[in-house]
Amino acid sequence: MLGGDGKIIARDTPVIAIRNLYKDYPTPAGAFPALKGISLTVYPGEFVAVMGPSGSGKSTFMNILGCLDHPTYGDYELNGKLVSSLDEEATARLRRRTLGFVFQGFNLLPRMTLEDNVALPLVYSGVPRERRLAKARRLLEKVGLARYAKSLPSRISGGQQQRVAIARALINRPKLILADEPTGNLDSRTSEKIMALFTKLNRRKGITIVLVTHETDIALHARRQVRFLDGVIVQDAPTRKEEGTQP
Amino acid sequence: MMFTGMFNEACSAMGANRLRTALTMLGMIIGVGAVVLMMSIGQGAQIAVKESIDSMGSNLFVVASGSATASGVRSGSGSTPTLTTADAEAIGELPGIAASSPIHTGMAQLVYGPLNWNTRIFGVTPNYLDVRSWPIAAGDNFTESDLRSATRVALIGQSTAENLFAEEDPVGKTLRIGQAPYQILGVLARKGQSLEGSDQDDVLIVPLTTAQRQIFGSPFQGSIRSILVRAEQAEIMPQLEIAIVDLLRQRHRLREGQENDFSVRDLTAIAESAAETTRIMSMLLGAIASVSLVVGGIGIMNIMLVSVTERTREIGIRMAVGAREIDVLTQFLLEAILISIAGCLIGLALGVGSAVLVHIYTAVPVIVSGSSGIVAFIVAAAIGIFFGFYPAQKAARLDPIEALRYQ
Repeated sequence: MLGGDGKIIARDTPVIAIRNLYKDYPTPAGAFPALKGISLTVYPGEFVAVMGPSGSGKSTFMNILGCLDHPTYGDYELNGKLVSSLDEEATARLRRRTLGFVFQGFNLLPRMTLEDNVALPLVYSGVPRERRLAKARRLLEKVGLARYAKSLPSRISGGQQQRVAIARALINRPKLILADEPTGNLDSRTSEKIMALFTKLNRRKGITIVLVTHETDIALHARRQVRFLDGVIVQDAPTRKEEGTQP
Repeated sequence: MMFTGMFNEACSAMGANRLRTALTMLGMIIGVGAVVLMMSIGQGAQIAVKESIDSMGSNLFVVASGSATASGVRSGSGSTPTLTTADAEAIGELPGIAASSPIHTGMAQLVYGPLNWNTRIFGVTPNYLDVRSWPIAAGDNFTESDLRSATRVALIGQSTAENLFAEEDPVGKTLRIGQAPYQILGVLARKGQSLEGSDQDDVLIVPLTTAQRQIFGSPFQGSIRSILVRAEQAEIMPQLEIAIVDLLRQRHRLREGQENDFSVRDLTAIAESAAETTRIMSMLLGAIASVSLVVGGIGIMNIMLVSVTERTREIGIRMAVGAREIDVLTQFLLEAILISIAGCLIGLALGVGSAVLVHIYTAVPVIVSGSSGIVAFIVAAAIGIFFGFYPAQKAARLDPIEALRYQ
């Protein structure tokens, strides 16, 4: 199929390939199993909603997907690379080049202007400042916030901050965007706008998106829904289109 | 490069909390300023002492005539003229002695035209200048024949010349002591202050015989107050001191158990102890100042630790967008070093400035050497690295998940 950068990506190279993943957390009362044998494959261009109640293991799962945490057992291949075989530096590079994060709390640096915030991942790629900022401004323009480029995050609304965070996630042209409750702090109208932006990125750019949410109507924007319960996947099915995603 | 990116990040973090950065810097500023000031004063004192030692001459002994006891009243050293010109000649012939000169000294009023001036008169032999390593600035020394015939000639010290002759060239002029005219043969080079702080240039030097017979008129013919002796080397001075004592006891026919009627003092030893004292003083000053530098460093560590805790979430975000541990470490370390070096530069300027002010207002000699600046700079950078490393490492080791969750 057609990838975001226009190249043909073989259907059989998944962005995410997880086989039989376990994660235990040590507690005083012994190991607590957060994930108990998860297997999941996500191909380029998919839009997956991860759902489930709190404590079902979806946050742990997302941390492992984001290479921020390591599984106790099992393999995780991100874009064809076995993550557990990489050292700290290679993991950081993978995170930088392949992944884009969008958080519930936006997580913009409060003392930095929006353009600096968007350009932040490029600092660690060694891109010169002028080029960084030019790129950041182009992305701010795409999310419709070019005129706030020199403002601080506190000057704009939550929905606008989340759009800036999405621009930041996009700056390294990631294969995969991991969004952890991106609309959790937003009202429903703003949430719809953010989801429309995700849908656009998925449809037009072919960027793979994995999104955690506990709201059913948000999950409807995704094309595939994965449901977690007590550390296992209890449901993995395509979203039924007739339920409608457009407001 | 990556580094310039990190540098900008560190600068903007410092700029974001200006008051705190300034207060942290203050520790370094005071520390470096104190070290520079103290080192300047210490080095100034050392140089001043060294100069007075050099001006006195090296490897010197003073042999002074002893004290007299008359009806139970003991007079001071030199009160009885037990030393004679013959003693001085005998000492001069001991092996290992470079030069020696007998000295007969006293105060006298000098008159030249409308001006007059009270100064110390040294009656010496021509090689006195050699003993003291004291060059003549203009004119000539007096000769052995002047000494033999007690001619009224003199060498004049710089300060005396200024007081008596003002702008005139004293060489060839004639001044009076009492009613007698004395011709100035030469002007001595400037010596400066002695260790005790007296002006060594406020002096008039005349032949020994002239001082004895014409100016002071001693009741004891050929008697002298003291003998100044210069040894060839510093190493032989202890043996030489014993040799001089033995020689004089023999010449003065002192029996076993009888007290010396003279004293021998090693001026170099006195000078060295003075030099040692200033050296220890300046080391002490530096050590005390260094403590404030260390305190400044601890201040940096303290603030950096607070800063790391405060910015935990920021660190988590940076790691999530692809910062490596080394990037976070570099950023925080660079911040500590920048604060430290900026504080050092300001402290350096402040230290040099206050050293100059101290010199201007108290006339204490100060030496601002480049080396103390370089030392302070290196120490500041080292302190930045040393005290910045632990907080930076703490930041780099943060778990990104925990850090992102931190409120």
